Amino acid sequence: MQNTANVPRRGGSVLTDPKLRALIFQLLAIAAVVGLGWYLFDNTQTNLEQRGITSGFAFLNNTAGFGIAQHLIDYTQTDSYGRVFFVGLLNTLLVSVIGIVLATIIGFLLGVARLSPNWLVRQLATLYIETFRNIPPLLQILFWYFAVMLSLPGPRQSLGVLDSFYLNSRGLYMPSPGLSETFGLFFAALLLAVVASVFLGRWARKRRETTGQPFPVLVSVLALLLVIPGAAVLIAGNPLVWTVPELSGFNFAGGWVLIPELIALTLALSIYTAAFIAEIVRAGIQSVSHGQTEAAHSLGLPAGKTLRLVIIPQALRVIIPPLTSQYLNLAKNSSLAAGIGYPDMVSLFAGTVLNQTGQAIEVIAITMSVYLAISISISLFMNWYNGRIALIER
Amino acid sequence: MQTHTFKPDMPPPKQAIGVLAWLRENLFSGLFNSLLTLFALYLLWLIVPPLINWAIINADWVGTTRADCTSEGACWVFIQQRFGQFMYGFYPSELRWRVDLTVILAIVGAAPLFIDAMPRKARYGIAFLVVYPLLAYWLLHGGFLGLDLVPTSQWGGLTLTLVIAAVGIAGALPLGIMLALGRRSDMPAIRVICVTFIEFWRGVPLITVLFMSSVMLPLFLPEGMNFDKLVRALIGVILFQSAYVAEVVRGGLQAIPKGQYEAAAAMGLGYWRMMGLVILPQALKMVIPGIVNTFIALFKDTSLVIIIGLFDLLNSIKQATTDPAWLGMATEGYVFAALVFWIFCFGMSRYSMHLERKLDTGHKR
Amino acid sequence: MSDVNMQPTQPEGIIQMDGVHKWYGQFHVLKDINMNVQQGERIVLCGPSGSGKSTTIRCLNRLEEHQQGRILVDGTELTHDLKQIEAVRREVGMVFQHFNLFPHLTVLQNCTLSPMWVRKTPRREAEEMAMHYLERVRIPEQAHKFPGQLSGGQQQRVAIARALCMQPKIMLFDEPTSALDPEMVKEVLDTMIGLAEDGMTMLCVTHEMGFARTVANRVIFMDRGEIVEEAEPNKFFSNPENERTQLFLSQILH
Repeated sequence: MQNTANVPRRGGSVLTDPKLRALIFQLLAIAAVVGLGWYLFDNTQTNLEQRGITSGFAFLNNTAGFGIAQHLIDYTQTDSYGRVFFVGLLNTLLVSVIGIVLATIIGFLLGVARLSPNWLVRQLATLYIETFRNIPPLLQILFWYFAVMLSLPGPRQSLGVLDSFYLNSRGLYMPSPGLSETFGLFFAALLLAVVASVFLGRWARKRRETTGQPFPVLVSVLALLLVIPGAAVLIAGNPLVWTVPELSGFNFAGGWVLIPELIALTLALSIYTAAFIAEIVRAGIQSVSHGQTEAAHSLGLPAGKTLRLVIIPQALRVIIPPLTSQYLNLAKNSSLAAGIGYPDMVSLFAGTVLNQTGQAIEVIAITMSVYLAISISISLFMNWYNGRIALIER
Repeated sequence: MQTHTFKPDMPPPKQAIGVLAWLRENLFSGLFNSLLTLFALYLLWLIVPPLINWAIINADWVGTTRADCTSEGACWVFIQQRFGQFMYGFYPSELRWRVDLTVILAIVGAAPLFIDAMPRKARYGIAFLVVYPLLAYWLLHGGFLGLDLVPTSQWGGLTLTLVIAAVGIAGALPLGIMLALGRRSDMPAIRVICVTFIEFWRGVPLITVLFMSSVMLPLFLPEGMNFDKLVRALIGVILFQSAYVAEVVRGGLQAIPKGQYEAAAAMGLGYWRMMGLVILPQALKMVIPGIVNTFIALFKDTSLVIIIGLFDLLNSIKQATTDPAWLGMATEGYVFAALVFWIFCFGMSRYSMHLERKLDTGHKR
Repeated sequence: MSDVNMQPTQPEGIIQMDGVHKWYGQFHVLKDINMNVQQGERIVLCGPSGSGKSTTIRCLNRLEEHQQGRILVDGTELTHDLKQIEAVRREVGMVFQHFNLFPHLTVLQNCTLSPMWVRKTPRREAEEMAMHYLERVRIPEQAHKFPGQLSGGQQQRVAIARALCMQPKIMLFDEPTSALDPEMVKEVLDTMIGLAEDGMTMLCVTHEMGFARTVANRVIFMDRGEIVEEAEPNKFFSNPENERTQLFLSQILH
């Protein structure tokens, strides 16, 4: 038996050996990338020296000296730029989370409405989707902020609901909960109910798997969750104390306030993203072929079980990947906050801090890394998820 | 043995056609459905009449100043008065014919590409893509061959929006195709470079890219070499967009069956000929709808240049609403902007859907 | 190693495989394949699925890479060298199970692609040649249609014409009739028989035993990556020696 390695090659040359060619090509590409990188780095060094900017992250410890309209952690003007970054990051996350929750709810409702047997409902859902997904999100944000929020009446003419929610051009005021002394008991009762539900669920599944007898799990769990904490409230009294906002002078005091920028931003983003989510949901449900429904029916599964055991698991497989990328888009679009001055990470950090310090490279690098970190972790999750749910096929 | 008694025959179904039958089937087929219909009608009643009142019946259509807007509804006089600015920005009014001509040339030039029977379409398309940008640059920017120079700082309005979107996609297409090929290359180093590039731009919001190109680009370049604001924004937009185009094209490349590569290789075609003659023509045709969709996204994203102070359509309108002579016109302004963007985006998305259907039923194996 | 090794040791064959081995990862797909095909010979490869017969003929134009042994096609050895691979591919035509016609090109364009771009034939000449071969597979009237508008049998005949347009010395057929509806098998087989009568060197992976009986000079039976038996068709079908061959034939011939 011969080994190919021992056989002399005929007419082989450097130019026609694909392995060598590939190697040379790759080395050239790497050299080009490194060269470009070095060129940019060198230019930047020279430019920074000429402008007298010292690079480095020391500026993060300097005092910021400006106020921020909304901060989820304590913040005063004397805090550092580093703290400004965290305030901005938290504000970005706040908008993203609220936006994602709202967009998911609206989107799923609309997606199902698009498939409704009711003609009118179907048309209305289509109208919504075609209207909002074809208007730039920034424009929608500006509209909600300048045309709606800022033209609301002032605090004295607020629109009030139930004497505890007030909407005016300064934002939405609402009662804030505080813990009363009986909260501990309530919390313990809630915990007990949850634990009991988990055990009940397990027991019911085991019973079904061993004896085949079904058990109304959903109803019993709901009953458990209502009855036990409910009893605690009846016995010990209200676990939460509500502080209601009240008009004092020219503004409201007490309670929670959502600033108008936050309202405009979350409304616009969730309305915009919901249009895309609706289409994803519709496509996902439609992707499960009618044959699957027929097969399930012919096996004797009733409509509800068909939906739960056959259609939804297959539809989710199709829905979840693009849904995650919509969530990611929403998080990225939250940077449009800069257009109306909501204090998110981009407008605070890449806007105000950059202007004050002139540390362009560091500031932009930090901002971009945060977004990159978010998208990389989401795509890692997606890869894991896709690997887990991929249909096993030849 | 028991005898089975058959139930009497059901009567034949009533009216299967007609308005009443349609109503029953589509709007009132059950209790829940009927309630939904009523709820939808209530919603419509809540929204539509006030909207029509505001936008049409109670609106002011004629006049020249804010004082002419006397009624309750919308003040379209504002849009009418500022229309030129919204379309052309600060482009000198006596030279606006050059913008019009550029647009007309684009429409006339591109029209044959939409005619199916047109022979040698690909060749014409490539020629158009080479010649038109030069022509458009000459017309819009001028400064040579007998046309006066109009600096980009005077460009604005819808013109600027269209320029950014068009240049963005034209630049992003070739770059995106190369990146997609690189991402599917056998060479690990090339693959790593392309993947890093693509994922970087896809991971960050466009706004930070625009910040970067406006603040950091001057630092990256040697002393004395500097671009104007628009060019910097365009560089950012092209790099950003090319990553998205690359992912769309990659989808097309992946959809080409392995047999096509094998057949091309068996015929003795090398890599570039295989790609150029066999794979890319099929893959690109397949992803045209996807490319149109990324273009729609780009078109909407052009509005972000507001952040770095370029006066595109949205920024022109935003500026106009802060004019003391026209205070309180935010709603009219933004509604108008929304309408313009909507017409473009909706039109393009319809076109992309039409293409998708056409390609779907087209000749395929 | 001396120059002697480069000369074929056996009588000059147009295809020579000496001790060819191939692995997919850990999986040993081809085990010591030796084959010598003379000009004008018609070989049928058969065997159960996964036996390595397709892989064998795909090694002959390097759609698959072998890891050990050597392959000579028309005097050119298949190595990593691109020039040699190109040279071999110019001389070897291939017909696939799933046709692999290019759907974005018309039938005529499919046929002229390789002559024009690889052999640098002028367009007029390439088109004349394409029409000649399309007539030979009896579908000249379809020249300006797209592949998607043809039936499976017609597509496969176009694929044969396309391969012939390269004027190859050798034709490889990888299960050319397996993807066809039964009523279309005959038109493709007839085309192949016509080719064989004209003296083309053919290697054919197929389960059409009738075709093997009438056309083949030799039948090669493969199983689990090895050549198990090699014989003239008469002897192969009437008097197979190996047990595995007997089992296979009993399954396939009923």
